Amino acid sequence: MAETPDSRGRFGIFGGRYVIETLVPALDQLERVYNEACLDETFHKTLAHYLKEYAGRPTPLHFAERLTERLGGAKIYLKREDLCHTGSHKLNNTLGQILLAKRMGKKRVIAETGAGQHGVATATVAALFGLECEIFMGAEDIERQSLNVFRMKLLGAKVTPVTTGTKTLKDATSEALRDWISTVNNTHYVIGSVVGPRPYPRMVRDFQSVIGEETKVDILTKEGRLPDYLVACVGGGSNSIGMFHPFFNDKDVKFIGVEAAGYGLDTDKHGASLNKGRPGVLHGNMSYLLQDKDGQIQEAHSISAGLDYPGVGPEHSHYKDIGRGEYVAVTDKEAVDAFKLLSEVEGIIPALESAHAIAYTLKLAPTLNKDNIIVVCLSGRGDKDVDQVSKIMGEI
Amino acid sequence: MSRIGEAFKKSNGKKLLIPFITAGDPDLDTTIEIIEVMVKNGADMIELGIPFSDPLADGATIQRSYNRALKKGISLRKIIAAIPKIRQKTSVPIILMSSYNLIYSYGDEALVRDASKAGVDGLIIPDLLPEDADELISYGQKYGVDTIFLTAPTSNEERIKLVAQRSSGFIYHISLAGITGTKSAVAAEVKAGIERVKEFSDTPVAVGFGISTPEQAGKISGYADAIIVGSANVKIVEENINDKELMLKKVGNFIAKLKKEI
Repeated sequence: MAETPDSRGRFGIFGGRYVIETLVPALDQLERVYNEACLDETFHKTLAHYLKEYAGRPTPLHFAERLTERLGGAKIYLKREDLCHTGSHKLNNTLGQILLAKRMGKKRVIAETGAGQHGVATATVAALFGLECEIFMGAEDIERQSLNVFRMKLLGAKVTPVTTGTKTLKDATSEALRDWISTVNNTHYVIGSVVGPRPYPRMVRDFQSVIGEETKVDILTKEGRLPDYLVACVGGGSNSIGMFHPFFNDKDVKFIGVEAAGYGLDTDKHGASLNKGRPGVLHGNMSYLLQDKDGQIQEAHSISAGLDYPGVGPEHSHYKDIGRGEYVAVTDKEAVDAFKLLSEVEGIIPALESAHAIAYTLKLAPTLNKDNIIVVCLSGRGDKDVDQVSKIMGEI
Repeated sequence: MSRIGEAFKKSNGKKLLIPFITAGDPDLDTTIEIIEVMVKNGADMIELGIPFSDPLADGATIQRSYNRALKKGISLRKIIAAIPKIRQKTSVPIILMSSYNLIYSYGDEALVRDASKAGVDGLIIPDLLPEDADELISYGQKYGVDTIFLTAPTSNEERIKLVAQRSSGFIYHISLAGITGTKSAVAAEVKAGIERVKEFSDTPVAVGFGISTPEQAGKISGYADAIIVGSANVKIVEENINDKELMLKKVGNFIAKLKKEI
C-alpha cells in the first residue's frame, strides 16, 4: 500500500532514519517491540481498555449546526478530540507509547513539548503507570503556556526549560534527543508527533488513527456516507495524519492540512514547511523543512506553540508530493478570529492550533453547497490559550 | 592509499592525535591559524566541524561555537573555499564533520567533488548511517574521499560489522553513550568497546567524545589507534575569543600536552 512506509521507514523519498549510531539499537528495539505488539491481541485489548476507560473515547462527532447555518454552505462536523482526557488528541499516542515503554522495561520516559499538550499527556501516562518523567520545553513556550507547565509539575514530571536556539519546540525536540543519546539504556523517548526517525512516524500515526477510524464509523451512521473534506491543522501533523490516514483509500474524501501562516506566507514569520519549505533532514527524518539556502534550519513562527515548528511529518510531505493532500495556511489573525467565533457560535473554545483548522473551514464551507460535508478535527481545547489570547486581542 | 590511510601506515603503531575545531569560530582566518598551531604542536590530522543550527550529537560548548560562527555568516561553501589556504600551510589529512542536511542541501556529489578538489581527505556525517550511505560512499570512491562511520558503546555485532565494512580511512568509535563535551569517558568501557570493534575489522579505530584532558587521552590511547579531542579545544577558543595571541598559545600548549601523553 502506498501509504505504508517501506522497511526503511520511507514514505516516497521522505522519512527514514537520520540519527547517530548510539540510538540505532534503541530504535531497532522499539520497532521490534512495536511490531510484536501489533500482532498481540492482548496489547490491542489493553490499549482499547485505556482509550475507553481512561481517555474517555470514543470522542463525539458533533454536528456544528449554528456554525453551518452561519456559513451557509457545507455541513460542518467537529471531531471532538478536545474532549479526550487531558484536553487534546495527544493522549491517544502517549497511552500507546507508555504501554510499549513498559513492555521494553524502561523506567523513565522523556518528551518534548511545544504548547504543552503533549507534555501533559506524557506526564499523565507516566503518573498512571508510575514511571519517572522529564519534559523538555522551550523557555519561550514555558512563558506562553504557563498553565500547562503547572499541570505537568502537578502530575509529577520534571519540566526542563530549553534555552538554546529559538527556545521553542524545535529546540525542545533537539534537547530531548540529546538527553536520549545519553540515557538510552533506561529511557524511552515519547515523541509527540508523526516526526522523528523510523519507526516513530508510522507508530505515532497508527496510535492517532483512532481519530479517523471513529470518524468513519460515526459519519456513516449519521450521514450514510463519507465526508467530502477532512480539515485538520498541521504542525508536526499528528492529529491530521490520524484523521486522514484511515481515509487514504477513499479517494473521494479530500484531505486539507492547515499550516500556520503566522504573520503571512510572504513574510519570514510563519510555520508553513509544506507551503514554503524544501526537503531536508531534521530530527531524524527527511521531510519538508524551513531552511535557508545553505541548509541551516530557520526559525518558525506561529501564535500557537504547537504549530511553531520548522519541520513536518514525512507522511504529509509524501501526501503533498503525490497530490493526496492539499496543504493551505492561515495567519495568526485568522486563527484568533476563528478562536473567538467558534467560542461564540458553538460554545466550544478551541486550542489555537485547532483554530487554524476552523479558520480555513470558515473560508471553505461557504464555497460548497449544502449537500457537502466537512469534518474538522478539533484537536484540542483552548483553556491553555485563554490567557495568551486575552493579552493579544488588543494587539492583533 | 588515501592520505588518511598513509598517516596510519606511517605511524608505525604510534598513536595519532586528531583535534577537532569549529570552522569559522571566531572567523575562518583564525581557524586557519589555529590549525597551523595544532599541526606544529603535533596534530596528525584535523577534524573540521561545519557549523549547523541544530547539531543533535553536540553538547553546549560546540553548539555555542556553531552559533558564533553562523552569526558571522559561515557556510559550507565558504569553508570549502578556504581549504586550499590550509593546504598551502600543511599536508596533514583534513576531515570534515557535518550534519547531513548541509551536505544534502549542497548536493551529495557536488559536495564530495568540491571537497576533494579543495584538498579534503575524509567525511564524518554523524547522522548518516552506513546503510543509507551507498551513494555517498560511491562518490567518495570516485573522488578519493574517505567516508568514516561511527560505532557506539550500544552497537551490537551486526552494527559493528556494517560500520567496519563501509568505513574507509578509520572507524570513529564513540567512547560513551552521550553527546560531545559533557561526560568523561571511562577507560575500561572504552577498552571493551574498541576491542569489540577490532574483533571485526582491521581498519584503524579513532576514539572520541568525552576525552578532554591529556591524562585521559594518555590512558585511552593505549587501546585505540587515534584520539579525537573536540570540545576542550573549542572551549579554549571561547575563553580567549578576544585575545587571539593568547588563544593560539593556549591551543598550542594544550595540543603539545595531549601529544606528549598519547
